[in-house]
Amino acid sequence: MKQRTIILIIITLLLVTACSQKDNAPTSAPQTESDQRETLTIFAAASLTEAFSELGELYEAEHPNVRVMFNFAGSQRLAQQLAHGAPADIFASANQLQMLGAVDAERVDPEDMEMFIGNQLVIVYPPDNPGYVRRPLDLSYPIVDLVLAAEEVPAGQYTMKFLGNASQDGALGSDYKSKVLENVVSYEENVRAVLSKVQLGEADAGIVYESDISNLSPLQIGSVEIPSPFNIYANYYIAPVTDSTRSELAEDFISFVFSTEGQDILIKYGFLPLF
Amino acid sequence: MTATKHAPPFLLGSTAPADRAGSNAHPVNKFPTIRPGFRRLVQLASLPMLIFFMVPLAALLLRSSPNQWLSSLSQPHIIQAVAISLGTTLIATLVSVLFGTPLAFALARDLLPLRRVFDTLIDLPTVLPPAVAGIALLMAFGRRGVFGGTLDILGIHIAFTPIAVIMAQTFIAAAFFIKAASIGFAIVDRELEQAAGLDGASSWQTFRYLILPLSWSAMLSGAVMTWARALGEFGATIIFAGNFAGRTQTMPLAIYLGFELNLDTALTLSVVLIGFAFLALLLVKQFLHRDWI
Repeated sequence: MKQRTIILIIITLLLVTACSQKDNAPTSAPQTESDQRETLTIFAAASLTEAFSELGELYEAEHPNVRVMFNFAGSQRLAQQLAHGAPADIFASANQLQMLGAVDAERVDPEDMEMFIGNQLVIVYPPDNPGYVRRPLDLSYPIVDLVLAAEEVPAGQYTMKFLGNASQDGALGSDYKSKVLENVVSYEENVRAVLSKVQLGEADAGIVYESDISNLSPLQIGSVEIPSPFNIYANYYIAPVTDSTRSELAEDFISFVFSTEGQDILIKYGFLPLF
Repeated sequence: MTATKHAPPFLLGSTAPADRAGSNAHPVNKFPTIRPGFRRLVQLASLPMLIFFMVPLAALLLRSSPNQWLSSLSQPHIIQAVAISLGTTLIATLVSVLFGTPLAFALARDLLPLRRVFDTLIDLPTVLPPAVAGIALLMAFGRRGVFGGTLDILGIHIAFTPIAVIMAQTFIAAAFFIKAASIGFAIVDRELEQAAGLDGASSWQTFRYLILPLSWSAMLSGAVMTWARALGEFGATIIFAGNFAGRTQTMPLAIYLGFELNLDTALTLSVVLIGFAFLALLLVKQFLHRDWI
């Protein structure tokens, strides 16, 4: 029994002290055969996961001597990781604020950062629509259980901006924002968690990026467009990391993102072209 | 269980407190078999692990000042997180004790069919990633879960409420109590029970007046472990109960989100959490005069 208790002590100590969630490990494109290749490490916003994975595969196909590795996570988390010295070559953020966080940490030169694609918000609901959501106004009715992204996350900040715009406009009522916020049952820690909970039917509605639902059919998720006067235009920023040892390669990948081919892939995944 | 052989001396002897204190002195110390040289060596070899445990915790304390804690502690969202954490973990611990005690006794005395299977089942939540537990709870008790539909008709909503927080904590942490209590029950001397039975005590009386008092220290230490683990619960909570300040946002959730926007919040709550857990564990160890929780 003594041994059992010692093991128990060790296990419990580990469990009790482990309050933090593990960070996303960099995910690599599925090629490992040769180590001769140069590795390009890209920190990219979670909402870019599918689109950038395809960009990475395409880039590798065109440059056999390059291996592209991604670290996908919430932009705020990536900015934190960069600020704490995580090695990277490129940072792609879902908003300007987090890119500026990397600038503050002196990992990105403010003159290098560029807008490369846009995104918009969309209201989503489970396919059987238990909350009867048909238009943006319906979000303000008390029967709707709403899930939003937390304000720590870019999507959450954009959502607050959209609600503010809608209230100011007045067409949906000047108390639209406060009524909608009263319906919120959870502020999720990333925008994909919002989508999951709505898809599972745990909530009646949620607000996510247009690009998040681009590969889902109407049978999997219902959606309501947010009219352009209220909707926000999310600006995605990309920049090479200043202390990267592969800055030429990084520049080349960034110009690939800006190429027609790169932009077409992003647009295919529901992103909006730059004005 | 063969635990009886290795039971702490005080559980095998008389239950009189004076006697317990007396027999608590470790018999090994009377006949030292470890020579001073070897003792030094072991102490030295223990250092790396001790330092490894201490440095991150000390760094947390160094990165923030007591002034910072006090000013952060007066912020409403931090008070809310602390209050919700304390409230939910206390209820989760009570539930674990109330419903875990019969199960622990059944396991200790082999009163259940398939005991080994159930015993392993209880271990599962402690080794599974908490996220798995969260998804499983959602599948069972979420709105579209196995029982969710029925509960929904009855007007009971669990997801996104403090009840969901308590359920997540209980699911993850109850095993600590059940395991400890079960060991406590198993090492009660059967001869005492037989004597009680000969003196006319019913099974319930034997359990209530003999087994429970003899196992209370094991139960208490198990309950504290359950409480401390519940206090740190994160993964299952954020998936099953969501995150809403003042309703389901416990300290670990506030720390995780605070890390991304407000590092001060995260640091303060981390210090509070460590303080609570450390004090609780230390108190119980002191109180029970034993080193094995």
